[in-house]
Amino acid sequence: MFATMKSWKWLTGGAYTWGFIARVIVKAAVLFAVINVVYALLDPIPFLGRLSLYNLLVPGRERLPYGESAASNNLSLSSIEAMFGSHEISQPKPADEFRLIVIGDSSVWGILLENADTLAGQIDALNLTIDGRRVNAYNLGHPILSVTKDLMILDQAMHYQPDAILWSVTLESLPYRDQLTPPLVANNAPRVRDLIARFDLPIDPNDPALIERTFWDRTLIGDRRALADWFRLQMLGFAWSASGIDQVIGDYTPRSNDFSTDPSWNAFPDETNIPADALAFDVIAAGHTLAGDVPVLLVNEPIYIADGENSDIRYNAWYPRWAYDQYRTLLTDEAAANGWQWIDLWDAIAPEEFTDSPVHLTPSGSRQLTERIAAALLERITR
Amino acid sequence: MELSHIAVFCAAAIPFAFLPPRARGWLIFILSALAIYWLQPTLDIRWLDYSLPTATLVVTVICWWITRAPDQAPAPRQNTVALVVLIAVALVLTLPRYIEIPPELEITSRPPPVEQVALVLVIALIAGLGFGRLPRTVSIPFGLIGLVIALVVLKTDVLAAGVAGLLRTGSGQDVTLAKALDLGWLGFSYVAFRLISTLRDRQMGILPALTLREYVTYVIFFPAYTAGPIDRPEKFMPQYRGVETINPRDPQRITVAVTRIVIGMIKKFAIADTLALISLSAVSADQAGSSLALWGMLYAYAFRIFFDFSGYTDIAIGIGILFGITLPENFDRPYSKSNIAQFWQSWHATLSAWARSYVYSPLSRRLISGKKLSNDATILVCNLATMIVIGLWHGVTIPFFVWGVWHALGLTAHKLWSDRTRTWYRGLQEKPERARVWKFAGILLTFHFVVIGWVWFALPTAGLAAQVIGRLVGIGW
Repeated sequence: MFATMKSWKWLTGGAYTWGFIARVIVKAAVLFAVINVVYALLDPIPFLGRLSLYNLLVPGRERLPYGESAASNNLSLSSIEAMFGSHEISQPKPADEFRLIVIGDSSVWGILLENADTLAGQIDALNLTIDGRRVNAYNLGHPILSVTKDLMILDQAMHYQPDAILWSVTLESLPYRDQLTPPLVANNAPRVRDLIARFDLPIDPNDPALIERTFWDRTLIGDRRALADWFRLQMLGFAWSASGIDQVIGDYTPRSNDFSTDPSWNAFPDETNIPADALAFDVIAAGHTLAGDVPVLLVNEPIYIADGENSDIRYNAWYPRWAYDQYRTLLTDEAAANGWQWIDLWDAIAPEEFTDSPVHLTPSGSRQLTERIAAALLERITR
Repeated sequence: MELSHIAVFCAAAIPFAFLPPRARGWLIFILSALAIYWLQPTLDIRWLDYSLPTATLVVTVICWWITRAPDQAPAPRQNTVALVVLIAVALVLTLPRYIEIPPELEITSRPPPVEQVALVLVIALIAGLGFGRLPRTVSIPFGLIGLVIALVVLKTDVLAAGVAGLLRTGSGQDVTLAKALDLGWLGFSYVAFRLISTLRDRQMGILPALTLREYVTYVIFFPAYTAGPIDRPEKFMPQYRGVETINPRDPQRITVAVTRIVIGMIKKFAIADTLALISLSAVSADQAGSSLALWGMLYAYAFRIFFDFSGYTDIAIGIGILFGITLPENFDRPYSKSNIAQFWQSWHATLSAWARSYVYSPLSRRLISGKKLSNDATILVCNLATMIVIGLWHGVTIPFFVWGVWHALGLTAHKLWSDRTRTWYRGLQEKPERARVWKFAGILLTFHFVVIGWVWFALPTAGLAAQVIGRLVGIGW
């Protein structure tokens, strides 16, 4: 029957009966059930996340994992532990290092920018020293517009002994109604609930946007995506170390310069005023509380200011003028009331230095921004 | 084959196990005919993902007609029933055009109107009948030439894109979007080789007498349809005929089959797909920052392609066993072989055997009988012809051509070396330690010879492949 399977004698040579098959099926089923239950009880992804080939066999990533193209050697995942485990910040902190962490959205992460051209990369290139220690900036930006996400990342980053925090924000990351919808936030419900409880944030901890993991979701089968993501992240470490590439930077569609007469803001399309308590300044305040003695410099990041059709109505595709102007006033008031260190760089960068969105910069735009921020950093942190 | 295909094929073994013995062969036949439609990926050209499997059936029926044994009755009842079944399959699969079917049960995307299919089938049947009435000395060479032309067109991007343009014109679609991938005729490479082998075997008078059902099942047997192995009719047929006498509920058979399928799935979906993340490709070759990184990618590619292909073979063999047919082995630890000839006997062995039977042997017989070339030159020419055919079978491109030449040169060098060192090798057997060292060195050399050859196989252009080979040894950074 199996004459052609000469090198499979170990398999074909056995005498198998229905009893044997039944025993194998029963044993496999029991083993499968036990493994799933044990897995669900252990919930090992947070632990596994800390086990990483990065910083061990391959260099740590210079920014958090994000992206889904095969050519970018990168992927998006929901495990904060695994994200940090793959980042260079997981290395032990040298004694002579002034550890500056930079958090924020895609403009901080550096869409369309090489690592060396991001805000963190450019700060490193300035070779700054504070208190005799070399400033080493860690890019912990993540391309999601939600300050709650920033708070979640900051919460984790505080385990890595930062000496200062640079937090870049823009209006789009502040509406409360959009705080929980990004997958990274929605898939980390326990972390978000913990932050809500610790800082008494005005966010509903039972918001349906937060994904509740059932017992089934925590089994090996239910959690297979997270497990596969962790494994893929480790494997992609080899491709990352071989190439140094974590993003494919190709052609892009430039941000719009001409607009319709529509004055609405996407976050509140039916409003002409930003509703009271609509913006998550409480989350920024929570970040300051979380930072404790570690100084925080808040940056209102630069936006593209258009000069095309109906630019008298809109600064850019994201922001109608009325909304953005109100936001700046509100931010100024909140910063003053809370005593935040902040700089407003909303118009600091020339329009030609923006790429595919109202907040993404070219390498030279990023360099200009860095120079402005570095000056403020030295002045305010060392003050 | 995806996981869903494997699951359904395995599930189909359950009714197979409980069918009356006489119905088993028919079930395999009908399943194979349905499977070629189901396995065919969706294509951009209207109706093409329905038309290509239909064309496979039509071409196969015509080839059966012209290769039937001289003493074979033209249309015994079984052949007529088989033909009716095939036509019924083709017509039934047009029904989703007229009735609502849940998407998960759709075997093809929107098919053409049934009357058009019926008309085409009638025309094909009449043309096939007429073609089959030509003398064999005419019809078989025409059949062979037609199959080779079809293969060349499908495997040559510019020609395939040209044909895609014509088809797009015919279907009223945008011609400027025509591309080679429009003609993604799944399984045709294997089908064509099986058809060619039956045509050649009939020419040589060694093809066994086959009914239409047997012939079609041999050509499109669903486990081996997409990626082989390429069985021989004389080996396949006794097993197919024997499915009536086997015990399909034999625990021995089921255990071996399921184990083989599981091993294949681990190889393919766990190991190979993981290695794919880090293996050599046009993109990763471009991104590599050092020779060491390139070597890493190349090793990953070498093992990825092995686990992928041998995993597929395991799955095909396992499913075949569930249906009472043990397909031939394709892989036997190829990277542990100590010379390139052994490698080719254990890597895609059924393709190598096919090429040996239908390219190398006939050519070498002709060259030797012509006495125009020396022995060494004959070996070189035959190896070049054989390996270039195998290379171009994967795609008519310069890198595949170079890959074929690379292996032909390796095989020839090995043959010349082994001919001249035979006595020395015999003497080596008396010194086991030294023999082991030589064997290990042979494995290492053979493995790296094959691995460097994969550069040509993995990369789309000769320029990039040459650049990568240079960079592997530190040149061109």
